[in-house]
Amino acid sequence: MTTFALSRDRHEARSRPRPRRKPRRLRRALTGWAFAGPATLLILGLSVFPAVWAFVISRTKWNGIAPAKPVGWGNYETMAQDPQAAAAVGHTLWLTALFVPSSILLGMLVAVALNQKIRLVAFYRTCIFVPYVASAAATGILATFVFNPQFGAANEVLRRLGLPAQQFLESRSQALPVIVLIALWGEIGFTAVIYLAALQDIPVELTEAATVDGAGRWRVFWHVTLPQLRPVTVFTAVWQTITAIQLFDLVYTTTRGGPLQSTETVVYYVYELAFQTQRFGYGSAVAYGLFVVTMLLTLGIFWYSRRSKIEAF
Amino acid sequence: MRSRKRILPFSGWHLLLMPLSLLFVLPLAQMILTSFMSDSEINRFPPKFIPSSLHLDGYIGLLTESHILRWLLNTILVSAIAIAAHLVLCSLAGYGFARLSFPGKGVGFFLMVATVMIPTQLLMIPTYLMFARLGFVDTLAAAFVPWLATAFGVFLMRQFFLSLPAELEEAASIDGASTRQIFFRVVLPLAKPALATLALFTLLSSWNDLVWPLIAISDDRWYTLQVGLTMFQGTRRTQWSLLMAGNVIATLPLIIAFVVAQKRFIATMTFSGLKG
Repeated sequence: MTTFALSRDRHEARSRPRPRRKPRRLRRALTGWAFAGPATLLILGLSVFPAVWAFVISRTKWNGIAPAKPVGWGNYETMAQDPQAAAAVGHTLWLTALFVPSSILLGMLVAVALNQKIRLVAFYRTCIFVPYVASAAATGILATFVFNPQFGAANEVLRRLGLPAQQFLESRSQALPVIVLIALWGEIGFTAVIYLAALQDIPVELTEAATVDGAGRWRVFWHVTLPQLRPVTVFTAVWQTITAIQLFDLVYTTTRGGPLQSTETVVYYVYELAFQTQRFGYGSAVAYGLFVVTMLLTLGIFWYSRRSKIEAF
Repeated sequence: MRSRKRILPFSGWHLLLMPLSLLFVLPLAQMILTSFMSDSEINRFPPKFIPSSLHLDGYIGLLTESHILRWLLNTILVSAIAIAAHLVLCSLAGYGFARLSFPGKGVGFFLMVATVMIPTQLLMIPTYLMFARLGFVDTLAAAFVPWLATAFGVFLMRQFFLSLPAELEEAASIDGASTRQIFFRVVLPLAKPALATLALFTLLSSWNDLVWPLIAISDDRWYTLQVGLTMFQGTRRTQWSLLMAGNVIATLPLIIAFVVAQKRFIATMTFSGLKG
């Protein structure tokens, strides 16, 4: 203990001529970065660094083995005229347009239902949330089983209802909507739980006051509850848009982009370019296109929510 | 209102929630039941829901024809390493960003959170190349290194530390405790619920991860369960008993973890959602 005190005295004596703030500042910086540094370095090293590298690669023609050939903006020009890329963008947009609104509406509906003071609510909540913990791989394999055209449960349900059997994931027109259904099955629990927490945060006085003023249930929900949920809705919209745009695992484990490329989304196209046809340069360019679109969409929703004074983040 | 409910215990909401709950749970129930059927029983229309007798063909097939136990062990290892690293690195960084002041803090935090917008697919190629140069290809490192620390984890811990009252730390600081002592002796013991939340989140995302091991591991002894399953799916399209048994092995641990720690799971989602 004494040695500690002594060394400290000596340290102070040595640094006395200088302004005292400097070493303390340095120590503060060192302490701060000792705490924050390792995680920050790892995270940036596994994202910003590869993202910059991807940009360098995107300006070359490269199969990963032969030396890379610089092609400038050539890959981006190719992308603008690539019909397969355009089709992939179309599929991603279609998937997002189907998935995001339905996940918000269904999540909200389920949350309102789970917020009622009725029996079995805890049981219902467990049931609806459980699929969220299943991996996309397991979900995809299970889905190909349930939607199997020959012996799947989905066609059995249709048969009992007296409806014609469907091809589901093996049909060009149905595969993408079925993937959206499967994704919703896994994600509704998440959206519902977030909405449920937001509903429970709304002060009871607000809805009670409206009821006293003579508003019906539906009007209370429309004019009081819904505006209170706006921040959560903005958050959910951003989150589910990113989820939909980046949906890869489910496509990989159900259709692998088929049948006849009808479910080939942008992320799946990037995977194919890079890891099946070894077109590293072009794959990176398409991935950059996707990045820019994701960023613009996210910033757009941010900007909109700022402008309409919704504090979602 | 309340007395009326007592007289009328049945609410119309059940008509929505009951079928919906079944819709969410029945596929999982079918997965478990089908894993105990024989393939001939499965490949039949109309499909059967309850196995006529207990068949273990799927599980036996998995054990003899794949490295399923190794995949399970690999996955457990990956998740354990990911959770341990997350708990240490993210709580340290979260505390740094929440409470300490140092140059570069604002920029560092902003950059880290902004990384969430970068699509995984943009990172696949360079990450693969990086892993190849570091010698991670065909090793477990390719599966766990991306999960050592995540922006989400740091963010979660930062939000938690910000919500703690600062008085305790100030008092300890006046008593002469160093930042390190304050963190380990005062703050961390208070952070147990947040750490549990972080551990569950990390378990879920590292256990279920497909992309990283898929691109960097092609040696089937180093597969994780998710990769093993998808590879099996590609080669054994019709052996449903095998696939369902594999699915059960990959999913059941998480379902059990969820049912046991349900409240915390839901707290995680809420916390990440509302404050994320």
